[in-house]
Amino acid sequence: MRRDGASTKVMAAGTAVKPMTAGAGEEIAAQEFARIVESHRPQIFRFLLASLRDVDLAETLTQECFLKAHRSWKHFRGESSAMTWLMRIAINLQKDHWRNRRMQFWRHTRSNAVDADDAGEWLPSGERTVEQQLLAREQVAQVWKAVEGLSERQRTVFLLRYVEERELSEIAQATGLSEGTVKAHLSRALGRVRAELRGTR
Amino acid sequence: MNFENKWAGEIDDPVLAEALQHFKASVDAWSEAAYSQPQTVLRTALHSWRRAVGWALGCVLAAGSLAGGVYEHHHRQELARIAAMQAAQKALQARLEAEQSAAASAVTQDQDLLATVDSDVSREVPAAMEPLAQLMDEDGAR
Repeated sequence: MRRDGASTKVMAAGTAVKPMTAGAGEEIAAQEFARIVESHRPQIFRFLLASLRDVDLAETLTQECFLKAHRSWKHFRGESSAMTWLMRIAINLQKDHWRNRRMQFWRHTRSNAVDADDAGEWLPSGERTVEQQLLAREQVAQVWKAVEGLSERQRTVFLLRYVEERELSEIAQATGLSEGTVKAHLSRALGRVRAELRGTR
Repeated sequence: MNFENKWAGEIDDPVLAEALQHFKASVDAWSEAAYSQPQTVLRTALHSWRRAVGWALGCVLAAGSLAGGVYEHHHRQELARIAAMQAAQKALQARLEAEQSAAASAVTQDQDLLATVDSDVSREVPAAMEPLAQLMDEDGAR
């Protein structure tokens, strides 16, 4: 992360944006935000999709995430990268979603979430043999199964690390946890995945 | 399989690292496919609309079933009440008729008995009453 001066907003790793002056107007802010949306929307969607395994819900929460971000864009001080800031909003939205679902337990019956087995069907074919593809698919299904059994926090940390490939410090910022806690969650999550894989070996 | 451990310093188990890479590739592929669908918003709106219609139809159906059940129950109760009233009326009528016929037969029996007694009395004067009857005739002649 890089910051040029106190009021510079850091959009993503390695990219910094000049501060908005009062005269620059809302158009510049809108353009700036549009760039943020364009560059980070796929990642936010991917993270929410992996967390929820529901395409429609992931899409809805992604929209909500950027709506919230747009509303509070003026207050974003660039203390973290835009991606980390957006990820934090997405994590909070996801938490709210799970909390609402727990409160309204009958919604469990009406969920569009894809099964772990179905989610594991997605795999780029690449240049692998059929046997390798089958093995890969089986491994993916096992990882999904392990992820399913993780706590909400462990799952979030695991997905941020091994799907979004975020640094530990970024994960700590996005989740509001200390790096030590992040490491502990990752270790438990990996242990679970390892155990699941051993069961099938 | 050509495989490079991305998390070499972090994960020493090659099978785990491989599985995690496949997992990431799978999520990426799924996300890209879902993200590139052009009518996601429309699909969501359509989905919400369908859900709303589904709920509305479900509610109408449930309300209809409930109302039908309540009506049927009420109807049956009404029929049972009418049938009970009719049976009670019939029973009352039968009882009245029985009482009337009993009363009528009792009156007839009484009248018959009285007539029999009268005729018997008029025909036979007991011997013990003979002097009294004669005295009454003499008084009348005086």
